[in-house]
Amino acid sequence: MTDVLDPPIVAQPADHGQEHDGPTGILKWLTTTDHKIIGMSYTVTSVIMMVIGGAFAEIIRAQLTSPSNNLVSLAQYNELFTMHGSVMIYLFAGPFAFGGLANMIVPIQIGAPDMAFPRLNALSYWLYLTGSITMLSGFFVAGGAANFGWVAYAPLSNSINTPGAGADLWIGGLLLTGFSAIFTGVNLTATIFYLRAPGMTMFRMPIFTWNMLVTAILILLAFPVLTAGLIMLYCDRHFGTHIFSVQGGGVPVLWQHIFWFWGHPEVYILALPFFGVVTEIIPVFSRKPVFGYKGMIFATMTIGALSLGVWAHHMFTTGVVLLPFFSIMSFLIAVPTGIKFFNWIGTMWRGEIWLSTAMLMAIGFLFTFLVGGITGIYLASPPIDFFTHDTYFVVAHFHSIVMALVLGGMGGLYYWGPKITGYLLNETIGKIQFWFLFIGIQVFTLPMYLLGLRGMPRRVAGYPLHTSWEALNQLATVGAVLIGVSTVLFVVNIGYSWKKYPAGDNPWDGHTLEWFTTSPPPHHNFYRLPRIRSERPTWDYNHPDRPAKYHGHHDIQDGVPVV
Amino acid sequence: MRVEARILLSLGSFFGFMSALYWFWGHENAGGVMIFAAMLLCFVPGSYYFWWSRHMKERPEDDPNATQAQGAGVIGAFPGTSIWPFTLAMGAFFVVLALVFGIWFLVPGFGLAAWALFGGTAEGRRGGTH
Repeated sequence: MTDVLDPPIVAQPADHGQEHDGPTGILKWLTTTDHKIIGMSYTVTSVIMMVIGGAFAEIIRAQLTSPSNNLVSLAQYNELFTMHGSVMIYLFAGPFAFGGLANMIVPIQIGAPDMAFPRLNALSYWLYLTGSITMLSGFFVAGGAANFGWVAYAPLSNSINTPGAGADLWIGGLLLTGFSAIFTGVNLTATIFYLRAPGMTMFRMPIFTWNMLVTAILILLAFPVLTAGLIMLYCDRHFGTHIFSVQGGGVPVLWQHIFWFWGHPEVYILALPFFGVVTEIIPVFSRKPVFGYKGMIFATMTIGALSLGVWAHHMFTTGVVLLPFFSIMSFLIAVPTGIKFFNWIGTMWRGEIWLSTAMLMAIGFLFTFLVGGITGIYLASPPIDFFTHDTYFVVAHFHSIVMALVLGGMGGLYYWGPKITGYLLNETIGKIQFWFLFIGIQVFTLPMYLLGLRGMPRRVAGYPLHTSWEALNQLATVGAVLIGVSTVLFVVNIGYSWKKYPAGDNPWDGHTLEWFTTSPPPHHNFYRLPRIRSERPTWDYNHPDRPAKYHGHHDIQDGVPVV
Repeated sequence: MRVEARILLSLGSFFGFMSALYWFWGHENAGGVMIFAAMLLCFVPGSYYFWWSRHMKERPEDDPNATQAQGAGVIGAFPGTSIWPFTLAMGAFFVVLALVFGIWFLVPGFGLAAWALFGGTAEGRRGGTH
């Protein structure tokens, strides 16, 4: 056992390296319980998954450039869109947020030496990695990978309509990654509840940590439902049960209830961390405290609470759900989300805005998420949903949302990457990457909105010869290529900037506790901690003449905050 | 601890209201049960935290005027390294492969999992090699 003493009485070593002795090389990776290394492993793995899922997307878009393209077969196309969605949702976006960013940042933001359960944290990562390998290995078995869409609707996903090992590997992989997520949710909640530094009250926690707390609670409420549903699905496929089949008295639509009871909170499990990321970036690069700190927190909690009551807006067209209930609940989510937008703009208002790559990504997030959010409000209205359900309008809507999260995630990497690695990325390449990504997203999604309104169904490998459909599809493909170029630029930037630009401890003049420690932080994160008297302890310490003047609790003596 | 308790109890109360509203309005079983279960999942730990918040001294992290010295001392066990999480995950991996390729995968799966559970337990609070 390593007994961790209160950081302030630990002498600060002269060097900023990792003073911890232990295994090195691959054995270090296999045995580590350090949240920063686990978080980095999550980040690297999930970015690799993004590249794999992105490659699937490029093939899909290439297939759709002409009405009857033969780049891939119909069966291969089914596998591609299934695995594209599965990889991006299950293996990239979620693990990147709550496995990568949260693992690396949350303990440092609250002054904790590590996650509450370090070995459980390591287990989470290994379950995620093995789950990812399991799901992707479907491409190497007879019959190919799962091909029933990322939502696996019954009865399409039963053993008659989708026989073969690929579907079972999909279920098994999802079980492993699901347990990984649940363990991470437990760990994050326990860490935030029990390992905060003295003075770091709940209402002094950074907004990112608050958002991760609500995300962790949502994970604990939603993921067990999916896990249970997957076990039922497996039993239907192999043990002769009829939970989701009409023949044995089962109810196929029950799968949709179970899936979306996880699936819609999952949207916010994906989104809330990135709301948190941009809420950290915008104040730092506007040189102001976040506008409406408590309003942001209550908006996050309201979104989290409402997100469990909107699942069946994905099921309006089944005809067996309570339309007014789910419509009203879905509309209501726009209110706290609007509060967030108001506060983000309020934070920038009259600030000293520094358009760094991270800030550009955050502003790009605001615009792109707004487009996705407003079209989501359209879809919350049953008459509009009936018209656009299963069309490219829905595809465009959720790609606006998810690509906004990619912008937020990239912002997070540019913002916090230097803290974890000790080195900055090149800002010029970063800004070029931003413009490729931002323009690419709009060129990619906007034609898809029009395609949907003109009736093009989703999940099709071809379409009738129709001039406007073809041109719009080609335009969307151009957007996808631009996004692909932006990903290449990101990889190039990592290679170009490798150990070239030392970051220092606080390159952005950040506000929160992670910027008080070294870059990278030592093994248990801090050599010392400042006195915490507001939600901006590092700013208070570094700028005693300019404390968090808009809010926060301070001990002021002779006009100087006590730190 | 009071804020933590209030968060969970507030969420549980909201889910309780929502489950009642949904059930009496829609008479749909699956969703009603799931929201009700969400309510319980919030109330059980929330009630525990609430009870503790009334029986424990204020923690330094709940004290807005706390100094860092108030948090001095041993604050937990943080193992340096451990091979057992990896071993346990490999066991789980093989168990899942057994669901797909045949039950013989259960032999290495349960074997690795049992080894990891014994190893991890024996490792105890030391938490592996440092």
